[in-house]
Amino acid sequence: MSKQLPAKRTKQLRAVGYWTGRFGRRFVRHFLLWIALAFALFPVLWIFSASINPTSSLNTQQFIPDRITWDHYRSLFTDPTYPFVTWLLNTLKVAGITAVGTVILCALSGYSFSRFHFRGRRVGLLAMLLVQMFPQMLAMVALFLLLRSIGDIVPALGLNTHLGLVMVYLGGAMGFNTWLVKGYFDTVPRSLEESAMVDGATPFQAFWRIMLPLVRPILAVILMIQFMTSYAEYILASILLRGTDQYTLAVGMRFFTEQAFNRRWGPFAAGAIVGGVTFLFLFLPFQRLIVSGLTQGAVKE
Amino acid sequence: MQSQSPFAILIKVVLLGAIDAVAVWAGIELVLSANYSMLAVLVVGTGLLNALVLSKKAYPFRYMAPALVFLFGMVVYPILYTGYVSLTNLQTGNLLPKHMVIETFENRFVLAEDAEQFTYSAFVDEGDGMALVLESETTGERLLYENGDTGPLDMDDPRLTLDDEGTVTGLLGYEPANKYAISSRLDALSIPFGDYVLRHSLFKFSKNTKQYSFDESSDTLTDLTTGAVYSPIEGTFTSEDGTELEPGFQAWIGFRNFGVLFSNAALRKDFGRVFAWTIVWSLFSVFLSFSLGLGLALLLNDRKLRARVIYRTLLIVPYVMPVFISALVWRGMFNTQFGIINRLFNDLFGVTFRWLDTPMLARGVLIFINVWLSFPYMMLISLGALQSIPGQLYEAARVDGAGMFRRFSKVTLPLLMISLAPLLIGSFAFAFNNFTLIYLVTAGRPAVLGAASPAGATDILISWTYRIAFQGGSGNQLGLASAVSILIFVMIGTMSAIGFRFTKRLEEVYK
Repeated sequence: MSKQLPAKRTKQLRAVGYWTGRFGRRFVRHFLLWIALAFALFPVLWIFSASINPTSSLNTQQFIPDRITWDHYRSLFTDPTYPFVTWLLNTLKVAGITAVGTVILCALSGYSFSRFHFRGRRVGLLAMLLVQMFPQMLAMVALFLLLRSIGDIVPALGLNTHLGLVMVYLGGAMGFNTWLVKGYFDTVPRSLEESAMVDGATPFQAFWRIMLPLVRPILAVILMIQFMTSYAEYILASILLRGTDQYTLAVGMRFFTEQAFNRRWGPFAAGAIVGGVTFLFLFLPFQRLIVSGLTQGAVKE
Repeated sequence: MQSQSPFAILIKVVLLGAIDAVAVWAGIELVLSANYSMLAVLVVGTGLLNALVLSKKAYPFRYMAPALVFLFGMVVYPILYTGYVSLTNLQTGNLLPKHMVIETFENRFVLAEDAEQFTYSAFVDEGDGMALVLESETTGERLLYENGDTGPLDMDDPRLTLDDEGTVTGLLGYEPANKYAISSRLDALSIPFGDYVLRHSLFKFSKNTKQYSFDESSDTLTDLTTGAVYSPIEGTFTSEDGTELEPGFQAWIGFRNFGVLFSNAALRKDFGRVFAWTIVWSLFSVFLSFSLGLGLALLLNDRKLRARVIYRTLLIVPYVMPVFISALVWRGMFNTQFGIINRLFNDLFGVTFRWLDTPMLARGVLIFINVWLSFPYMMLISLGALQSIPGQLYEAARVDGAGMFRRFSKVTLPLLMISLAPLLIGSFAFAFNNFTLIYLVTAGRPAVLGAASPAGATDILISWTYRIAFQGGSGNQLGLASAVSILIFVMIGTMSAIGFRFTKRLEEVYK
């Protein structure tokens, strides 16, 4: 080097280099991520703290409680003013039936769209895609009136029944999931079922014994996504379910906030943790599948 | 196709026969109850079912029939039905069909001019039977009413027990009844009496006359007491001088609901405000959560970063909480009096805010909460997209002397946008209809003074629809709500079309 920088200038540069250099940049990066973590996790930690705080009121809650109590959790199962357990079971029932029903119906319809050639196949597929663009919940008034009149004839499927709600959810799930299954079936070679049929299987046996096991991954994804969607669905459930004992968790949790939110904060927090953790446990095993499904949509090869 | 075993065919035929038998029975019931729309559904449904099972050509449809039934019944039909309802006046006060409303009017009575009254003794048997001995206070004429039949009382009837004054005290086969206990049954009676009917009130029967008579040929309702003639105008019987009768009935009113949204000044103002906030809300939610998500994705997009997986896992926690729970948690935290946010503000700066009761603050809070809810999704899709950008592009840019910011704005962002734009349009549409969050945090409040409809400061179109339909102070305006639904359908359809074109254009770029 022909020209020497003055000592002071070198020092300055070094100082800058500390922050912009490899170590500094790493430090800034971790620092920003920690702020993001605080933002993302604070409400979760706060609500968990509320659920084990001896006080059940909003304004006296401390972030780190003096002592830990499980009373709020106990009250969820014992306090007759909020049938929390009923709500949770209702939710699992509605979401469970919807998820299983969706998988079965969409496996069938996806298979037929993928394998059979019939008139109206293209039109049918396009129509399904088109219908799926319009969110079902926008037809809330019509669904309300429809279930009311179905209930006049078959009370078990009318307003305020879980089966009625399941029917509505099933309808909303058909279009999109049929497409998903159809796409997956398209990747399975045709020769597999052809050889099964040569061996004497009926078309349905070929579908049931050979094809269905092969598309299990996509069926698992649909099962989970549909379970979670129904678990968290609010608007239709709140319109169609009218009695406290029929509520799903999403509709029922509002009860805590309706009156005396301040005093019911503790039990509410416990309920939120139970509801959230149940959801999380169902989600975790499938996280990889769902996330990769998400990113598959994002990445174009 | 493999031929089926005789056994399978037998089962098929028996099952189908059983279903058809039930359908025939149900069909007869429906004909008897004059429920023709349901009958049509039944006939078409059973016909299709038979075709599915019996026709070989319909084989593929056997697989998709169940899915199609739900898709049509619970999505396609409701959407079409929404369109129909939007063209009617269906609302509180106009809920019943016309023939039922006419029936209601024909069952309205007014006291006859002479106001003749009858005292009575009542008798009941063990079942539903009821008998009344009625005696006119004016003429002393006595009547026997027995299970729907009325006639003059035959004093020689051997079943009667009379006391010394000639009052009937017993009737063989019946027990004397407590008038209080059967008052609701008595109130429901209309006992024909010549041109009049006898109606129960205050422990007497009084002579009543029909108030209205409906004339089918002229489609008018005549008030027999005043002579006023009411004709049906848009679901309400209206006289010439404009008097309206309640209740009205369901009627087709064309595009009136849409017209009112744009022509009624107060309603137009509500609509405008709600629409503007819906757009602002969706735009800001998507823009801010995408910015944050992308920022974090850039921070995480370094394979050498320590604890990268842990950061990523923890950062998606908001995304895996059900929205109905996080929305309520945030609502508690933003509570003005007790919430932690105000406690922090008070401790740090000595000020507190009425977060959810001030229009602008409530809107800000909602966007803030939505950013919290959706940045993890944005982060995940950005990470996926970032990893697909080839590293050579950056090297080339670096060789060309592009700095960090130039590399980001000229290489990263355009490439990201190609794959993410359709997803962002999808997120926009989702925020546009994010009822759960808005409704659970503010329920559309704070209320706006002078609003013509239940439209609060934070109501988006869909929550406004919900409140018009199910929560209005002036009753349930289902027709108007459906009209708003249809408008949202149109907007969403337009958005999807734009999204589609975008995707298509991008695909062309890739070819």
